[in-house]
Amino acid sequence: MSNATLAVPPAPPQAPAKKWGDQAFKLITLLASLSIIVLIVALGYILYDSSKLSINKFGFGFITGTNWDSVAGIFGALPYIYGTLSSSLIGLLIAVPLSVATAAYLTDLAPVWLRQPVVSIIEMLAAVPSVIWGLWAILVMVPFLRDYIYPTMQKVLEPIPLIGQLFSGPIYGVGILSSGIILAVMIIPIITSVSREILRSVPNIQREAAYALGATRWEVTRIAVLSYAKRGLLGASVLGLGRALGETMAVTMVIGNKSDISASLFAPGYSLASVIANEFGDATTPMHQSALAELALVLLGVTLTVNIAAMLLVKTFTTKETRRVA
Amino acid sequence: MSTTSLLASSRQNNHLWRKIKNWLMVSSSIGSALLVILPLGLVLFYLVYKGAAAINLGFFTNVPAPPGDTDGGMANAIVGSFLLLGMAVLVGAPMGILGGIYLSEYGNEKLNGAIRFCADVLNGVPSIVWSIIVYEVLVVPMRGYSLLSGGIALGLMMIPLVLRTTEEVLVLVPNSYREAALALGIARWQIIVKIVVATAYKGIITAVLVAGARIAGETAPLLFTAFGNLNWCTGLNQPVAALPLQIYAYAISAYEDWHRQAWAGALVLIGFVFIINISVRFMTRERKA
Amino acid sequence: MVPKIMKDEVAAVNNEEENVQEAATVSLDVNDLCLWYGKHQALYDVSIKIPANKSTAIIGPSGCGKSTLLRTFNRMHEVSPGARMSGKVHLFGEDLYSPEIDPTILRRRVGMVFQKSNPFPTMTIRENVLVGLRLNGVRDKKILNERLESCLRMAALWDEVKDHLDRPGTGLSGGQQQRLCIARAMAMEPEVLLMDEPCSALDPIATMKIEELITTLKTKCTVVIVTHNMQQAGRCSDFTAFMYLGKLVEFDRTEKIFTNPDKQQTEDYITGRFG
Repeated sequence: MSNATLAVPPAPPQAPAKKWGDQAFKLITLLASLSIIVLIVALGYILYDSSKLSINKFGFGFITGTNWDSVAGIFGALPYIYGTLSSSLIGLLIAVPLSVATAAYLTDLAPVWLRQPVVSIIEMLAAVPSVIWGLWAILVMVPFLRDYIYPTMQKVLEPIPLIGQLFSGPIYGVGILSSGIILAVMIIPIITSVSREILRSVPNIQREAAYALGATRWEVTRIAVLSYAKRGLLGASVLGLGRALGETMAVTMVIGNKSDISASLFAPGYSLASVIANEFGDATTPMHQSALAELALVLLGVTLTVNIAAMLLVKTFTTKETRRVA
Repeated sequence: MSTTSLLASSRQNNHLWRKIKNWLMVSSSIGSALLVILPLGLVLFYLVYKGAAAINLGFFTNVPAPPGDTDGGMANAIVGSFLLLGMAVLVGAPMGILGGIYLSEYGNEKLNGAIRFCADVLNGVPSIVWSIIVYEVLVVPMRGYSLLSGGIALGLMMIPLVLRTTEEVLVLVPNSYREAALALGIARWQIIVKIVVATAYKGIITAVLVAGARIAGETAPLLFTAFGNLNWCTGLNQPVAALPLQIYAYAISAYEDWHRQAWAGALVLIGFVFIINISVRFMTRERKA
Repeated sequence: MVPKIMKDEVAAVNNEEENVQEAATVSLDVNDLCLWYGKHQALYDVSIKIPANKSTAIIGPSGCGKSTLLRTFNRMHEVSPGARMSGKVHLFGEDLYSPEIDPTILRRRVGMVFQKSNPFPTMTIRENVLVGLRLNGVRDKKILNERLESCLRMAALWDEVKDHLDRPGTGLSGGQQQRLCIARAMAMEPEVLLMDEPCSALDPIATMKIEELITTLKTKCTVVIVTHNMQQAGRCSDFTAFMYLGKLVEFDRTEKIFTNPDKQQTEDYITGRFG
């Protein structure tokens, strides 16, 4: 009996009498689930195929070029890459502290009866379509910021050396900062809800250990919860960044749509997604279309890289054991 | 001063400081939460304040009118949005549900992991990219923007959403039901369809509704597929108006009349999205009870 | 620690089986059955001849492999990933594991009732009983209605539910649900009914009703019942098999096992000295 493992017979031959209906159903569902993988491959391939013309002509210069002139047929994407990155980073800078604080509040600090209602409100926040944020931003938020907030900011911050540059120049209202703010509003729900999941997955014994040392509520949150969940929270933030990078409508409406790289955050800019949204429908030359497709390819590459990194960071925290089923 | 009293007094000070810090941090987290939900309040306020004034019967029965003409409406865009959504569900729901069934009922850990991962990756694809893809694959060969390509663009976006939720719902069906059915000598596919899916059908409907609400407000995927239309859509191969597209076009215009219409359209759109979300919440609450 | 069974002891078991075989026609004939879950061996060389139209109880401490053995009789163990087996099981002379046998069709001939009652939650009482027949293509209303009544009567449930057959099956009490599951299994007119600790979640009165049922059921088919409750085995079985650590220790008429077992291990278990 001790050599039982040696006596393990090979797996029995699969019963061949499986019925036709079973096989067909299994095949159909398999194909449906594989469609996901097919879609990803197709996305990449189609974009690559459409942007070949532009890739062959401009090569790496496409990324570093600062001139985008569809009439002359010269295409450089740097201003758009800059606009996308800077507005997204501003959004992230605003959203992360607020989201993590809110998530900590909802898991550890808020009275229990208040938690669920606030969570529901944040879920509703996430359900507001992008175009509605854009509408509100362009008609309400931007004029308000332009008339009241930005002038004050400029007065206070411009004299400061180094960072003063960021707040110099004329104030249009629309621009990198405005689109960063609306992006923050839009990515706060996702960062908050993922952070909340992560904080909730922190084992309670961690909290109890800190309480037992005589820590205050905040200290418990800081020592036992936040520091324990650092990696996961970073993942949640990166996930928010991924969302911000690909956001199209609201940004298109408030970023100003001007392909400049300016030091000032008040200056209008342009993002990858916005150029595509504005120009793809009117692009008449094959080269112009191809250049726009390449922008989409760059955008896809950047967002997917960011998203995958975020998923890997978050995954270490919330590894859910999926039950095997019959 | 003896060492003990020194220790005690420093402890006292320290304790006071810790209490203040605790108070500061807890209140700033409350402040953050308030700041986070503030925009929702503002948006809803403006939608109702500006939108309600612009909604009248004509808004639901007329097609868009030029600026200055006050009896324009979004009837064609509302109908168009429903058509697009219906088509998206026809494309996305069956694929998503069947795929979810495979993950939950067949599948092995490795393949399931890969498909789940790819589905999450697909969810992160910028929506404007879908527009270009469907443009290249459908609009170019069909030589024109169309209802069909718009619906398919939205439908493709639905697949990963529906697939992931369907799997989660099916995995919750207790194994004992599958075993009982197996022991009755019922064929596997019949067990899945008649027992497992039948047990979880509410959850699956919820999955489709939630995904539908998610894509109902999407604008970017429609830009180069459905394109928009100032009039009624006359066929599957014709461009079609959609609520989000119309809101976008009006919002970036320079006319006060059109801004009002945009608010009204946004109010209708968000009302629709919230109604789905809230009814889903009631459905799931019922299921838990 | 695996207590070794001596060679002659195994022989003795076989001898007992010869006696059993004389007593009745054999329904399930198990030969040298070994079973592994991954690398863990759950059954060791089990050989047993289960007589037809009798009730046979399989007893033993938890983890002894009695449920696993039961599941090899309708190939339900194949559902668990990593399960492999060697050896033979014959049902009335037919090899259950020959490639021609479709496990789905086999399971119509060998019914099963589970530890926890599991009526389908979306179905009414009527649909629960008839689901097996319906999904296997029986459409005739008259046959279905007849079968519905006869199976519910057989499960001693008819009088309690006949007025509300279209209520959900999950609305019944625990004991009623379990009898509904028995009716559901009997609707397929199985040749063997496997019961995997059918009373372990039930109160004493519901348990008694199901034990009484077994007497009726064995006129229709062979009943094999797994139980960890020795009194139950004593009350409702004609034959009893005692298993320990994946091996069949002893198999004989129930009264012999309970009064005068051949093996010391069996006696120890019966008298409560371990397990």
